[in-house]
Amino acid sequence: MNSPLNPSPNAPLNAPRVIVVGTGPAGVRAAQVLVQAGLRPVVVEENARDGGQIYRRQPLGFKRPYTKLYGSEAAKAQALHRDFEALRPHLELHTDTLAWNLTAGELHVVREGQPQTLPFDALLVCSGATDRLMPVPGWDQAGCYSLGAAQIALKAQACAIGRQVVFMGSGPLLYLVASQYQQAGARVAAVLDTAPARKSWAALRGLLARPRLALRGLALMQGLRRAGVPLLQGVSPLRIEGDAALGVQAVVVKDARGASHRFECDAVGLGWHLRAEAQLADLGGCQFDFEPLSRQWLPRIDSDGRSSQAGLYLAGDGVRILGADGAEAAGRLAALAALADLGHAQGQALHASEAPALRQTLARMDRFRAGLAQAFPWPHAQAASLPDEAVVCRCEGITAGTLRHCVSELDSHELNRAKAFSRVGMGRCQGRFCGHAAAEVVASQCGLPIEQVGRLRSQAPVKPLMMNTREVQP
Amino acid sequence: MTDPTLPTPPRPGRFVRLAEADRPTLHLQIDGQPATALAGDTLLVALLQHGRRVRDSEFGGTPRAGFCLMGACQDCWVWTPEGRRLRACSTPVEAGLQVLTRPPAQHWPPTQDLQQSLARHGGQP
Repeated sequence: MNSPLNPSPNAPLNAPRVIVVGTGPAGVRAAQVLVQAGLRPVVVEENARDGGQIYRRQPLGFKRPYTKLYGSEAAKAQALHRDFEALRPHLELHTDTLAWNLTAGELHVVREGQPQTLPFDALLVCSGATDRLMPVPGWDQAGCYSLGAAQIALKAQACAIGRQVVFMGSGPLLYLVASQYQQAGARVAAVLDTAPARKSWAALRGLLARPRLALRGLALMQGLRRAGVPLLQGVSPLRIEGDAALGVQAVVVKDARGASHRFECDAVGLGWHLRAEAQLADLGGCQFDFEPLSRQWLPRIDSDGRSSQAGLYLAGDGVRILGADGAEAAGRLAALAALADLGHAQGQALHASEAPALRQTLARMDRFRAGLAQAFPWPHAQAASLPDEAVVCRCEGITAGTLRHCVSELDSHELNRAKAFSRVGMGRCQGRFCGHAAAEVVASQCGLPIEQVGRLRSQAPVKPLMMNTREVQP
Repeated sequence: MTDPTLPTPPRPGRFVRLAEADRPTLHLQIDGQPATALAGDTLLVALLQHGRRVRDSEFGGTPRAGFCLMGACQDCWVWTPEGRRLRACSTPVEAGLQVLTRPPAQHWPPTQDLQQSLARHGGQP
């Protein structure tokens, strides 16, 4: 087996060492560029198989065809999987491997308790995204899942998360997952969108940047309505009811006119768009900027995916939530930029010829992203109006009231300070699912604009390591 | 008494299989009880085919059933009888796997917390 210190026979001895983290759409397209340029990149994938989340592959032995799994995106998913298969002999793939820390010029990974330090000249982080969550009173009960989880259960395991499922949140994934469930034969009890039905002109203008995609979204909504699924827009989530024995049993919301509705269910899929998995960028010392439309901090990149740190490139939903098509373009462009920066002659030529069109594609997708963010906004006011007894941190069961107490009584007007006092953001998920809402709670409690309360600093390891993980031998 | 010749009644599982049901059956043990899964199932799916919970929260003891299914929330870690920990959403079921949804007592110092937790669930320290 080749280690990164022993370059493969088909790569020149002085070839730059390039690592790609992730094998979703961005990671695969980045690796493809590197292989085309004659390099043998190291590719680190946390899961057992390549594909990432959106084009997640079902386990070996499953038989559903691509059209069944990926619908309108079947051809793209198949192309991505096929292209990665073709790349396999030309790269060094580490599956089941977690990239848990990043220090100067070195990526720290671990596989089944065995750590390894991988030195690099250029690192492309294509770490993807997870669901962005807003707490709802009762969301810490068994049977509440993220929208992404509901989709993975179906796509990767051919299961529904329950017999009668309510989907609540906002954004394209809400309608996509609900439609996939309905078409797969699951019972969808309701689709509850916190976004108002009426969209602003600015939102519509953004959505028109990708008219076919916008129409596909409308078709999903119509399909659900035709199937008789209750579909409410402009709802305010009130609570998720249930008990310890059964878990969730109903979702109660207030509609746009103020009337209450109760939908019985045994499972809930929740989600408001996605949030970037930007921990490695943060540990690598990258600058972050506040993005006002979605009210979150994102790593700073230039038009080609260069971060503020030399040698560190960011692409895909781990830095800008543009979706799978955008991730493919961004992965290719970032890898071309990396090759150009490394002084790779062929890479420089390819970058010069391809970059303008890729930048244009990404700019159009970013207009669409802005449209989505306005048409299906993050319902930040809900964090402010969460009752004190509602759980914000589902890892450790810490309530909005406890967090607010830290703000008003302990003067925690900065998010990391509030985390230290309340432990919100310190649990097993390391703030992935409570961090954005916690920032809103802190901001509203101390009356500051959200961008002034800071952002949760990432800590290594980016995910928990086993206590028996060996120390790295020097 | 149930008649063993009758088909088993539907289990009160949380997850519902919608397709891909023609895979080979695997046998495992969940909390000492025999259980089955299909080849390719994750441990999370196997647990939630048989019941409504995966583990109990160590903060308050309420039942949990996973959350993100993509290895991000860390809310589905369970144990083997030897005390090894498994993240249920990313662990494929293997034949003969033994899994505990509550920590194996003998591998932990019998702290007050553990004793209280075991007392709640009727276990022995």
